[in-house]
Amino acid sequence: MTRFVLGLARREGRASRRRLALYMGSISLGVAALVAVNSFRHNVQRAIAAQARELLGADLELSARHPFDSTVAALLDSLAAAGTPVSRATSFASMALALPSGATRLVEVRAVEAGFPYYGKMETDPPEAWGALAAGRHAVVDPALLIQLRAALGDTLAVGEARFEITGTVTQAPGDVALRSAIGPRVYLPAAYLQETRLLRTGSLARYLAFLKFDPPASVQRFLNRYHQLLRAHEVGYDTVSEREQELTDSLDALGRYLGLVGLAALLLGGVGVASAVNVFAKEKLDIAAILRCLGATQGTVFAVYLLQAGLLGLAGAALGAALGLGIQSQLPRLLADFLPVRVAAAAHWPSVAAGLAVGAWAAVAFALLPLLSIRNVSPLAALRRDYAPRPRGWAPERLATIAALGASLVALSVWQAPTPRSGFAFAIGVSLTAAVLAGSAWLLSRLTRRFFPARAGYVVRQGIANLFRPHNQTTAVTLAVGFGVFLMATLYVVQRNLLDQLRTDRQPDRPNLVLFDIQTDQIAGVLALLEDRGAPALEETPIVTARMAAINGRQVHELLADTAGPRPSRWALRREYRNTYRDHLTASEALVAGSWWSAPITPGAPWRISLERDLAGELGVRVGDRITWDVQGVRLETQVANLRRVNWARFEPNFFVVFEPGALERAPRSFVVLTRVADAAARAELQRDLVLRYPNLQALDLSLVQRTLDAVLGSVTLAIRFMALFSLAGGVVVLLGAIAASRYQRMRESVLLRTLGASRRQIARITATEYLALGALAGCTGAGLAAGAGWALMRFFFEIPFRLPATALAGLTLGAAALIALVGWLNSRPALDRAPLAVLREMGD
Amino acid sequence: MIIVARDLGQVFSSGGRPLAVLQDVNLEIAPQAFVAIVGPSGSGKTTLLGLLAGLDRPTAGSVTLDGQNLNELSEDERAKIRAEKVGFVFQTFQLIPTLTALENVLVPLELRRARGDGGPARLEERARRLLARVGLEDRAHHYPAQLSGGEQQRVALARAFAGSPKILFADEPTGNLDAATGRAVIDLLVALNQEEHTTLVLVTHDPELASRAQRVIWLSGGRIVSDSAPSAPSARSGAP
Repeated sequence: MTRFVLGLARREGRASRRRLALYMGSISLGVAALVAVNSFRHNVQRAIAAQARELLGADLELSARHPFDSTVAALLDSLAAAGTPVSRATSFASMALALPSGATRLVEVRAVEAGFPYYGKMETDPPEAWGALAAGRHAVVDPALLIQLRAALGDTLAVGEARFEITGTVTQAPGDVALRSAIGPRVYLPAAYLQETRLLRTGSLARYLAFLKFDPPASVQRFLNRYHQLLRAHEVGYDTVSEREQELTDSLDALGRYLGLVGLAALLLGGVGVASAVNVFAKEKLDIAAILRCLGATQGTVFAVYLLQAGLLGLAGAALGAALGLGIQSQLPRLLADFLPVRVAAAAHWPSVAAGLAVGAWAAVAFALLPLLSIRNVSPLAALRRDYAPRPRGWAPERLATIAALGASLVALSVWQAPTPRSGFAFAIGVSLTAAVLAGSAWLLSRLTRRFFPARAGYVVRQGIANLFRPHNQTTAVTLAVGFGVFLMATLYVVQRNLLDQLRTDRQPDRPNLVLFDIQTDQIAGVLALLEDRGAPALEETPIVTARMAAINGRQVHELLADTAGPRPSRWALRREYRNTYRDHLTASEALVAGSWWSAPITPGAPWRISLERDLAGELGVRVGDRITWDVQGVRLETQVANLRRVNWARFEPNFFVVFEPGALERAPRSFVVLTRVADAAARAELQRDLVLRYPNLQALDLSLVQRTLDAVLGSVTLAIRFMALFSLAGGVVVLLGAIAASRYQRMRESVLLRTLGASRRQIARITATEYLALGALAGCTGAGLAAGAGWALMRFFFEIPFRLPATALAGLTLGAAALIALVGWLNSRPALDRAPLAVLREMGD
Repeated sequence: MIIVARDLGQVFSSGGRPLAVLQDVNLEIAPQAFVAIVGPSGSGKTTLLGLLAGLDRPTAGSVTLDGQNLNELSEDERAKIRAEKVGFVFQTFQLIPTLTALENVLVPLELRRARGDGGPARLEERARRLLARVGLEDRAHHYPAQLSGGEQQRVALARAFAGSPKILFADEPTGNLDAATGRAVIDLLVALNQEEHTTLVLVTHDPELASRAQRVIWLSGGRIVSDSAPSAPSARSGAP
């Protein structure tokens, strides 16, 4: 019997192979996406494991927000004396001014000692520049910085009050992500000349680092076991190779898995294609199945013949997809190069390929099962009587079992591919909901058109609309396929637009585009005068006072930190250095969520009132009315939480965790942030140059530059996601083509009959156009509507920024989808239009 | 007796009301007999044929085929009986459009292949012999759409006899053919029937075709109204 099944499946499949191939193509795209992403993920993991030491450049990195105190310094010195290589570095942000060009740019300065990196190589151009860095007042910089500063090797770079000669550029730094240089280009200086810049004073935002190399490397753990408590007590953090490797693997793996989910969505879309193809296929094969049953084939045999065809074609489609995926994954390292701190080889990862093949074949079979059940249940009597109507079968157990199996495999696949089981379940539920809404609206459309049939419309419109609910209609399949594709693309677009709109400063003429910070108390008057002089008065002037938390409700911070029992405020929130401000009003990016603002005058003797950001209050576990004692650079200050605020951090404005009421901090050492707007780019550059020349410690952030950078960053991210979403859209088009092609034979017969009865080619073309235009509009509207909902939810709950609906763009997308579908439908009906009716009728004769 | 029907009845529900298509049919058919079932449209001919062949379950009574009570068999067991003992010829030929003539003839051979029929070469040899017997050896690799109606029905005949069935059911085998072609097909059917020692049960409303049978069963309104040799059908009143 097996031989019979195999033989008949092979022979019988000859004719349908070409037509079903298109459907299997929709499986291919999904498999390609999965194989590419998963193979790439493993390559990244392998690369990270192989290059782990180079990522850190050392076996251990110590870091602190303040210079290492005498105890830690002594420890490092004793290690160095005992032969453990130690290399220190200081990292901070500063303005850099190039001469002779006069251009300025906010950079990340790294003052380093010789020795680093111990693993991997700092590649520079010229190659000897790194080794010769400490030999004089030299600077080695990111290549991008030379372009931004219009400088060349040999030019002078002013950092603070010191002058350096640019002797080389860094082409490859261990563990660095290329994207970094777009945000804060690096400037490497010899540590010996750091003091000359006069930039580091108490309160400066700098990171103090020490890199250590152990022999053998495994002895790091012994060192940490011994000194862990001491480092912690002195507020020194550390990072080991394995920790760094783990962090990086985790985050890149999560990225890869999210991309994989988009691939999975493409595969599921392909599944919809398979189901709709096999549905039409099965209907056409019912007659043959009935004959086979008459000739003595069992239900199982007939079912197996067609299931085998579907499975083999699915496997072929998956194999094609796997090959395509391998091709694509070789391109992924380049596409994602800006995010990758390691060199990723494009090697095939065979387990991923095997998994892709299996998942693809399984999807093809799983989605083919439901429609194939009708073949299994065909009565042999159907061969005898043409008009034989099968007895209605409701929810037969095998149908329910198939549906349950489909649902289970959706959940299993999602959980397998998702970063966490939770997000896997969420994805499965999201996909099911989306599919349900799309299928529901398709059902609603056919119900509504039948109910409110435009009986008075012209013949062409009536025929076209009637096609939506007639037997063998493609309404559900096309709505699902195209709607899903539109949904994915539109959601990405909505999210990207909303994020970018937050940062858009050039569109609003009153928004500041230049931020000056670290202005000292003795400099503020001069800076304001200079701005006034240049016609760019300060739009906002914000004082900043650094402080640390000393106690909450009378309990000292060190007590809270030591308390291991019960709920405890987060360590991060207790120990950080706060940059606070004071003012008498809320800004546009803030909203009160609890308590009241301080409009009433100060009560003498009462503690000062403060306002906390909502999430920080949660981290600290404090409520309105609680008391917080601050250590403002040595002076204790009692405060009481008067209210909580929600802050829109995505707005490019100085925002604060803690705002004090005016009067509390006026006498503390302050620095200032000033916002201004200079429309002209050249005038803006000139202003920055003059400010830096006069006040070397001052930092200027050109927001239009930041925005361009963020545009680029978001662009890279969305490019990667769009690349994957493209698979879904392409899958949607393939499914659409397939759905139309599958019903083409039947449609052709109808069109030919209509033509035989005297319909003109134009009328038939317009009937088809009406039908598919209606379908496309429905799919597009539903997809776009779902995307608007998903975008709103993402903005509201995930990004926590206000939502704006890009209505015009969504409308355009919807129209585009409708037009595309109408075009494809029309193109597919052309063969019936161009040929003589008799020829087609004869070809399709029973 | 190779076919025995006892108190056979079939009731369909039509628009919620029961509709008796077949009532109290009792008949016995001897091996190697040639029986024609005749009657006007809607008289239940095809329904009876379907029940005798085990394509459907009766709502009353039973059919015994070569000693096997079909009521006691499952769907798949009945399929097995068909594969081993029954052949079919249809009004609309019912060749599988995606298979060639030769492959169509091979289907029953491969379906019942179990008890030492020999390898694929032996089966194909038999299929080719049958195609040659119906005069279509040179059309073996043509698809049904490339054959005329008469040729298609001859392929169907070859397929029907391919499995050496004990019983052959034919449903209006000439209904879609012109008179001359129909006659040729019937000649071939009768000849093959004698050569292969098959029992032939044929449904028709063609009097000329019925007249060639050894026995004619008249159906009207779902009941047998006469059962006799075809010599004098017109003598019976009420029969068409």
